[in-house]
Amino acid sequence: MSRPQPGWTVVCQLTDLVPERGAAALVDGEQVALFRVGNREVLAVQQLDPYSGAHVMSRGIVGSRAGAVTVASPMYKQVFDLRTGACLDPVGKEPQHLRTWPVRVEGDVVLVGTAGALVDALVAPLATPATLDATEAP
Amino acid sequence: MSRIPSQLVVVGGGMVAQRLVEAVRARDEDRAWQVTVLAEEPRAPYDRVALTSYFSGRDPESLALGAPQLWADPLVTLLRGTTVTEVDRDARTVRTADGRALRYDHLVLATGSRAAVPAIPGADLPGVFVYRTLDDVAALRGWVEQEAARRGRPVRGAVIGGGLLGLEAAGALQALGARTTVVQFGTHLMSAQIDLGGGQVLRRLIEALGVEVRVDTATSRIRPDERGKAGRLEFADGGRLDVDVVVLATGVTPRDELGRAAGLPVGARGGVVVDQACRTQDPHVSAVGEVACIDGACIGLVAPGYAMAEVVVDRLLGGSAVFPGADTATKLKLSGVDVASFGDAFARTPGALEVVHSDPATGVYKKLVVSDDARTLLGGVLVGDASAYASLRPMVGRPLGADASAYLLPAGGSAPVGGDLPDDATVCSCNNVSAGTVRAAVTEHGCTDVAGVKACTRAGTSCGSCVPLVKRLVGEQLTKAGVAVSNGLCEHMALSRAQLFDAVRVTGLRTFSEIMQRHGTAVAGRGCDICKPVVASILASLDDGHVLDDERAALQDTNDHVMANLQKDGSYSVVPRIPGGEVTPEGLLVIGQVAKDYGLYTKITGGQRIDLFGARLEQLPQIWRRLVDAGFESGHAYGKSVRTVKSCVGSTWCRYGVQDAVSLAVLLELRYRGLRSPHKLKLGVSGCARECAEARAKDVGVVATDRGWNLYVGGNGGFTPRHARLLAEDLDTDTLVRTVDRFLMYYIRTADRLQRTAPWIDEVDGGLDGVRSVVLEDSLGIAADLDEAMARHVEVYEDEWRATLEDPEKLRRFASFVNAPTTADPSLAYVAERGQPRPATPDERADPAVLIAGTTLAVRS
Ligand SMILES: Cc1cc2nc3c(=O)[nH]c(=O)nc-3n(C[C@H](O)[C@H](O)[C@H](O)COP(=O)(O)OP(=O)(O)OC[C@H]3O[C@@H](n4cnc5c(N)ncnc54)[C@H](O)[C@@H]3O)c2cc1C
Ligand code: SF4
Ligand code: FES
Repeated sequence: MSRPQPGWTVVCQLTDLVPERGAAALVDGEQVALFRVGNREVLAVQQLDPYSGAHVMSRGIVGSRAGAVTVASPMYKQVFDLRTGACLDPVGKEPQHLRTWPVRVEGDVVLVGTAGALVDALVAPLATPATLDATEAP
Repeated sequence: MSRIPSQLVVVGGGMVAQRLVEAVRARDEDRAWQVTVLAEEPRAPYDRVALTSYFSGRDPESLALGAPQLWADPLVTLLRGTTVTEVDRDARTVRTADGRALRYDHLVLATGSRAAVPAIPGADLPGVFVYRTLDDVAALRGWVEQEAARRGRPVRGAVIGGGLLGLEAAGALQALGARTTVVQFGTHLMSAQIDLGGGQVLRRLIEALGVEVRVDTATSRIRPDERGKAGRLEFADGGRLDVDVVVLATGVTPRDELGRAAGLPVGARGGVVVDQACRTQDPHVSAVGEVACIDGACIGLVAPGYAMAEVVVDRLLGGSAVFPGADTATKLKLSGVDVASFGDAFARTPGALEVVHSDPATGVYKKLVVSDDARTLLGGVLVGDASAYASLRPMVGRPLGADASAYLLPAGGSAPVGGDLPDDATVCSCNNVSAGTVRAAVTEHGCTDVAGVKACTRAGTSCGSCVPLVKRLVGEQLTKAGVAVSNGLCEHMALSRAQLFDAVRVTGLRTFSEIMQRHGTAVAGRGCDICKPVVASILASLDDGHVLDDERAALQDTNDHVMANLQKDGSYSVVPRIPGGEVTPEGLLVIGQVAKDYGLYTKITGGQRIDLFGARLEQLPQIWRRLVDAGFESGHAYGKSVRTVKSCVGSTWCRYGVQDAVSLAVLLELRYRGLRSPHKLKLGVSGCARECAEARAKDVGVVATDRGWNLYVGGNGGFTPRHARLLAEDLDTDTLVRTVDRFLMYYIRTADRLQRTAPWIDEVDGGLDGVRSVVLEDSLGIAADLDEAMARHVEVYEDEWRATLEDPEKLRRFASFVNAPTTADPSLAYVAERGQPRPATPDERADPAVLIAGTTLAVRS
């Protein structure tokens, strides 16, 4: 079971999330899109689609582009790197990136941390942010 | 620049006139010219080259050339049914038969040719036809059908003239069920294009179609029968032939009468003489197309005419283009008989060598004409197998790069050419597109398929004979550019949708991971928003599992995943199925009440149903609970699937109806509901030829006739609207349903991702005729398979919304937030407009006073 930890919010059970699909969550009043990729990894980005202004990112299709785990906006199909939030395919528009949140999976519980670094200034894809797999968790 | 435009008057509304107007409108950016086209025929320009397809069921409208918008341009006026009777060069006016006078700044004569009528007695009898206009072929068809009905036996037809046109006409008569004889004055068929050897092989091929051939025969007279109509041909050699109908195809005469009367010089064999700029002696008058006598002759082909049109337009806009010379290559358009000739087919170049391969047993004759050193291709004749035509024609005047005979062998025919094709070689002569232009469409304009290249360059959009070559050039270029040509879907899947469909059907794999492992690329990984929905759609077509089942749910596009249509603010719209557009008052009340309770914006769709907008994700199951309880089911408005069958009220109410359109529409909609496909599918049914349901704008359009149903296919709206084309006539209901079954299944199996039916028909093997032979004649032997697939679909269909409501596991996907499943998305905001909600604009969001609370109505359970 989970103990309360400063800076981390318990959001849901891992089983509440469908593998290879997203779900929205409210974290400190903000809308966050969670994606369960693989079996035990969860990634979090902003739910706001920067191109349409609608809160829909969790409803996009999860995929991969040259090794990166991605989500495609369900609205106008821009593709983002789920680990860094970087826009990989702006579909002819100016690239706009997504905020990311660190996520931990402890046992069956999914915790979301304080919002991660903004990736607007991103040049090269960042290393995986604090996305910890259960095996690496303390 | 805005000034009063100059007046360009075009006499004649034929193929070349159409191209000229198109070119003016495309290139005259300053809008300097106002164009008026005076056309004698009662219709907009049409594709005369394809005239014969009128007999294989293509209807007149589908022969129309170019985009209809051209004629709606304010700078373009088309006066149909208007004959010009006089040109006054001093006053620069033309006069029309109906008494109008038009001033011109520049005049273009594009009057084409008339069919030549030989000076033999009886050529003016009823039952004797020429073959030049739509009215001609319509009259011919009417006559043959009437004679057949009157006599109760096959009609006997004769075609005088054994050239390209005569053979086409003979094919048309055969298609109408007539027994036909071709009477040729010369020593062999198509003597203007091919040599004696080729002519002899051709004769056997023509005879194999059931057409009799008489060569070396001069017709001296046509005798009337007792009813005063054509009844017998008499020949100079004393022979005779009883006939019911005669078609004259002995050549054409340029319609140069206006030019002659206006004192312009004409050629020795007719035609208004023009220079390399297509100008007549009068600098204010040009002539283009078949009426123009250029380099001493008139040319009876459309491609040189198009080139002339471009030259004239270039000159009008201040350019200095000259006529590039005529490519007189020709290909016979008679199904089952392949004949082509190109370049110096008769080896008239001094020293030219002929390389001949002839195989009378298989009916193949091929000849290449090469230069004296056997290196340069000069021309050729291909009879029986003209598959190498598209590749060889652009090579004329260029080194062959291989032993000439290699090109003549059955398989090698087209193999070696292509890669070495120089950039300036003409690939599409109809539209004068070079290999370089096709390549540039790929490298510079980002085209990635043949359809794109066609749209971008116009190559292949007229006679179509160059399409195989265009296809190959595009493929080669893409490979070079390192693009995975492989018409593959994406980086994860190297197969096209059609290939993947077959692969999955054969291997029987049913999960995404298995499929990607087996058929995906090395980096297949987790797929993407392209390949995942395609796999989902293929699986749905193959075994109709529920869209939200297991792993499959993750593959679905957003709309399919929650079975609703995502709107711009992240809310959804809901569309219950209303088969055939028929709804009871009780049904309407239920929909109305749901809309009211959830504050949904309500609108009638083009497909005759009702769309409810502004439903939030977490409200969808409750809304559907109420709709399903009232007997509604999913309308699949969200899927790449069958949408609606639109219908008119038909014979049950309408005074004009001849069949019960609504019953058929309901039957079709219930049969095909839920059918997943490469793109959305729409159907329509009209109760009579008035076509109130606009069925011909649909993928499948059914129009009632006195005897049954006419079936049209390939109508698409959207970005490139297309009218549906006639697939079959007067079908009874069972045959109709079976034919539609097969058409839909064939499309679902072989179309590309997001390829609608119209472009699919353009690209599938054999085009519309190919589709017809597959679905009506089972030419591929797959009909039983297609029938069975559709039967399965009908059998296992279930309403996916009902199934979802019964499964708590599936319902979890409709939570707005995993940690607050019923909390509304706080960002949604609406304002009222005409008494209904709509999403607020960013400015309106800043002013809470205008926002309404409507759709944040408390969630009910
Ligand atoms: C059955 C058939 C098959 C063919 N197949 C091929 C083929 O495979 N390949 C190929 O290259 N070519 C083919 N052709 C020839 C091709 O159709 C012509 O070369 C082409 O149509 C010429 O275009 P045009 O505009 O010069 O003349 P047209 O298309 O004949 O147009 C001339 C128009 O001007 C009108 N007109 C004439 N005088 C007046 C006047 N005084 N006032 C107003 N209007 C007037 C006529 O009514 C006509 O509509 C075929 C022709 C036929 C009939
Ligand atoms: S198409 Fe014919 S049957 Fe249908 S509504 Fe129109 S006129 Fe009546
Ligand atoms: S050669 Fe006729 S369309 Fe290209």
